Amino acid sequence: MDPTDRLPGIRPQPSFWRRLDMAARTCFPGFFTALLMVLSVAPLGLAHQAVLLAALAVGSVYFWSLARPASMPSALVFLLGLLLDVLGFLPLGVGPLCLLLTHAVALRYRLGLCMQPFLLIWLVFAGVAGCAALLQWALVSLLLFRITPPALAAFQWVIAVGLYPAIAGAFARTNRSIADPQRA
Amino acid sequence: MLIRLSIPARQALAKLTLPVLAAASVGLMLLGKADAVLADRARLAFADALAPIYLALAGPLAGVRHAAGGLAELLTLRAENARLREENDRLREWQGVALALDAENRALKTNLNWVPEPAPSFVTARVVADAGGVYARAALLALGPNHPVTKGQIALDAFGLVGRITEVGARSARLLLITDINSRIPVTLEHSRAHAILAGNNTARPRLLFWPEGSPPIEGERVVTSAQAGVFPPNLPVGVVHYTASHVPEVDPEAQLDRLEIVRVFDYGFRGIAQPEHRPRPVAENAPRS
Repeated sequence: MDPTDRLPGIRPQPSFWRRLDMAARTCFPGFFTALLMVLSVAPLGLAHQAVLLAALAVGSVYFWSLARPASMPSALVFLLGLLLDVLGFLPLGVGPLCLLLTHAVALRYRLGLCMQPFLLIWLVFAGVAGCAALLQWALVSLLLFRITPPALAAFQWVIAVGLYPAIAGAFARTNRSIADPQRA
Repeated sequence: MLIRLSIPARQALAKLTLPVLAAASVGLMLLGKADAVLADRARLAFADALAPIYLALAGPLAGVRHAAGGLAELLTLRAENARLREENDRLREWQGVALALDAENRALKTNLNWVPEPAPSFVTARVVADAGGVYARAALLALGPNHPVTKGQIALDAFGLVGRITEVGARSARLLLITDINSRIPVTLEHSRAHAILAGNNTARPRLLFWPEGSPPIEGERVVTSAQAGVFPPNLPVGVVHYTASHVPEVDPEAQLDRLEIVRVFDYGFRGIAQPEHRPRPVAENAPRS
């Protein structure tokens, strides 16, 4: 459905450029998440930099699934998961499943969570990110036929939880400005 | 939407999307397990496309890192200077020893009619990104087009062995570090000349396995590569033996694996371990190498 059709009232048909602008705004969360993921693998010279990638992906998918699910549809989450697999050298399919889990939980509790204070949203995110990290670790161990050290999965979870307020703060701003199709 | 659907049908479809996509993920896992080559090829194609971007980013990022490091160094300049002066004195003594040993070694080799090993050719490459993720230890090398790097070549940094090339693309190559959980390297313990296997475990220090009974690794002993499996040339420096609190011998790698910037990829003429069905006949081993 066209986002402008949700509000009652009569308006002129949006022009081509306005439609393009709205489409670009709708696509912004997905593109920006992908860009962040690609940049997180760039040679920044940080120790254990690899955990950033999954932490950013999980945080971003959770935020946009809560704030603007129209801009973070399931198919896009699947594609971002594939990007996570390819960039993070995970066995194929692990990234999509973890991100889809995050997405599903966010969608399921969206209406209840949206009105809650940030602290509660963050706490739920901590639980979701923990499940995602655990699932990822279990699947990788299963697919490689080898118990991989669980310490890094735990570290990935800690980084995801720690980064989330920064991600959510920055995204909340863009959600009200660049990512809002109504502002086109 | 291209096809007009009734609202209940659309809602039912929307409810189905997530389970279908989750099933597709599981299907991908099975596919990736069934055809590992396909997954690796997809990954490397992606890395190939991204390598130039990372290479362009690497310069400015290294500049920023060096500037930040320089500020920290300014604070410890005096202490560092004193330490370096002391170390320099110590190294000068060692240089004298090394030069004397080198001269003696050369004299002995002349007396023995030693055939010198050919100097291997090498390519210097910049490490542009991590290529291991959380569950592996690997690095992505940016290479120019028409590079001579092939699978099985050996990478060293200024200090020691870094790893082996496992996948090669048009503009990039993946380098498996010696700390990776899949890395197994035949090594020699320098004191006893006993052979052992150095097994990576994704931590900073790989473990020593399978040393012969009676010659256990000694704390502080140097470990070098062994030519045993025909995968490495002999005597490349790998690291120093270190025992953990639970008395497990590990090796502290000489190479600075946590901050790799530039590596040299050497062509010693090894092509990795051959697949069983590709193993050359014994006759071929005596034939001159092309």
